[in-house]
Amino acid sequence: MSRAQLSEQSRGRFGAFGGRYVPETLVNALDELEAAYEDALQDKAFQEELAYFLQEYSGRPTPLYYAERLTEKLGGARIYLKREDLNHTGAHKINNALAQGLLAKRMGKREIIAETGAGQHGVASATVAARLGLKCKVFMGEEDMKRQKLNVFRMELLGAEVIPVYSGTRTLKDATSEAIRFWVSKVDTTFYIIGSATGPHPYPKMVRDFQRIIGDETRAQILKAEHRLPDYVVACVGGGSNAIGMFYPFLEDEDVSLIGAEAAGHGVNTNKHAATITKGTRGVLHGTMTYLLQDEFGQITEPHSISAGLDYPGVGPEHAYLHDSGRAAYHAVTDEEALDALRMLCREEGIIPALESAHAVAETIKLAPTLSPDKIIVVCLSGRGDKDVTQIYEREGGDQA
Amino acid sequence: MMGTKTGAERITAAFAEGKQAFIPFITAGYPAPELTVDIALALQEEGAAVIELGVPYSDPLADGPTIQHASAQALSYGMTIGRTVELAEKMRSAGLTVPLVLFTYINPVLQHGPERLFKDMEASGIDGILIPDLPVEEAEDIEALAHAHARPLIQLVAPTSEQRVEMIASRASGFLYCVSSLGVTGARAALGEGVTRFLEQVRAFSSVPVAVGFGISSAEQAQMVAPYSDGFIVGSALLEKIREAESLLMCEETKEEGFHIVKKFVQQLQSRV
Repeated sequence: MSRAQLSEQSRGRFGAFGGRYVPETLVNALDELEAAYEDALQDKAFQEELAYFLQEYSGRPTPLYYAERLTEKLGGARIYLKREDLNHTGAHKINNALAQGLLAKRMGKREIIAETGAGQHGVASATVAARLGLKCKVFMGEEDMKRQKLNVFRMELLGAEVIPVYSGTRTLKDATSEAIRFWVSKVDTTFYIIGSATGPHPYPKMVRDFQRIIGDETRAQILKAEHRLPDYVVACVGGGSNAIGMFYPFLEDEDVSLIGAEAAGHGVNTNKHAATITKGTRGVLHGTMTYLLQDEFGQITEPHSISAGLDYPGVGPEHAYLHDSGRAAYHAVTDEEALDALRMLCREEGIIPALESAHAVAETIKLAPTLSPDKIIVVCLSGRGDKDVTQIYEREGGDQA
Repeated sequence: MMGTKTGAERITAAFAEGKQAFIPFITAGYPAPELTVDIALALQEEGAAVIELGVPYSDPLADGPTIQHASAQALSYGMTIGRTVELAEKMRSAGLTVPLVLFTYINPVLQHGPERLFKDMEASGIDGILIPDLPVEEAEDIEALAHAHARPLIQLVAPTSEQRVEMIASRASGFLYCVSSLGVTGARAALGEGVTRFLEQVRAFSSVPVAVGFGISSAEQAQMVAPYSDGFIVGSALLEKIREAESLLMCEETKEEGFHIVKKFVQQLQSRV
């Protein structure tokens, strides 16, 4: 690697994306975090402790399940589901929350904060805080609190304080802004557990490294089951933590196509979507240079997705880079397509996926029939849909009325 | 009078009276676009040495509730970075002579085009720029433009900057913005205990005037930091006063009364320095 590349990497760049666009107050804290993280990566004791928690507490490795009935129904490529929904707390978010929680403890921080959209990262952070004996505050948009009442109550049961965010659109974007503002005021005592592969350097890299276990396991599991690598790997992308964790170990395998499913909401040609890569432009949000939904004056615009976890106007900078370099493709999936996919997975496989993950399933439903049965698709089923059942019930009730 | 001097020289000269410089921050377009020009003139009349003109932004990470509210209201009038620059031009035509510093987050700068922005600043009489989410490590391109257009990028140091203070101070031009305490902008009852020691450290490294901001809302606080700095910045407290007088300011018959309230507050802020 050239010196220029090394210097780019140390500044947290993925091509033109990434970086560290934060108030000066946070710069030293990010430097400290980066140093502590690099140190932990090299520390065998830390890695062993993390591996212990991932196995004994979260239940890893998660299965790579052959979705036989879904495959038959679609009549094309063989479909495997990486069952991140079977993790403790119901989603892949726990992988990162456990790792960052252990890092917080290692750094001597007694209080953690987190932002949450769907509530999955908030629940994971609250869980980890309880287990590690840390205090926890979770920032959540008031609109999302309404959509995800059950997760709010779960976080409170776990002893976390859920702080409603009333600014802006009252969703994940504003919860993240408010968490950063709080962090600026308590940066000397507080550890900020960012849940997605976004934010200022070193977060995008760190979250990717803590989520790559999804792809590492998948790679080994598919080699065992099929004695070869898959043809396609599909994952949903909001900020993109499950997707980057899934994609990263396959980046060098050029025959494996990587597909991210973004939220098209009501459609990418309406103004109600969250398809950041499909429709966005370059800019800076929450400390990182990436693709954003914004107007021509640089004001961030309101995203929309039925899934609170994808309802975000930015995307992790490494995804922006993978898109521009052509290594990964990003397709947009509408609310309706995601709901249909959710229903199909329920009926064919007896698995209720999270609305976020249903976007990846929907992309697979479109893709599989176009491929021959000797092709393999692996889908990251990033979370389970229990949290979404009330929302879907209310929506269907509304449809009937 | 703007003639041959650089923006940095004009800004630094505003501190040269041996008196603690008062630097108000206002949000462009708040409480309404046409009032911003009058407010700037009133602030000049009441002794402002430099005026920080804030570009409203949808996601102001470094700002507390007061500036968030002012930004949202200004945005509802369709305020943009381009229209903010136009307001500055109107201020100049209306007789504003004190240096103007544009305060903006990086994203509107990137969408407007950094080079175009510096040209616009030059044409409309804006003397410098401050970007709160652009630490020095990311500032290379903007610093080059700032240099080429003789309009300084105002640097910030924070209580957590520690070993970075010297490096940042060495790049400072115009003045050095000293963040008084941890946290976002907004009135605080008390400034942090270590603030005077921090200011002494900063001053030791700085070859340009040092101004203190974040949380200064009273004459007492301005007085407290005066021996250790060359100026103080008041944003949220001023915007709160403007908000209090908003209904008076918005109506032609009571406008004078509204300005009286704002001016009185500004006089009072400067009464102990």
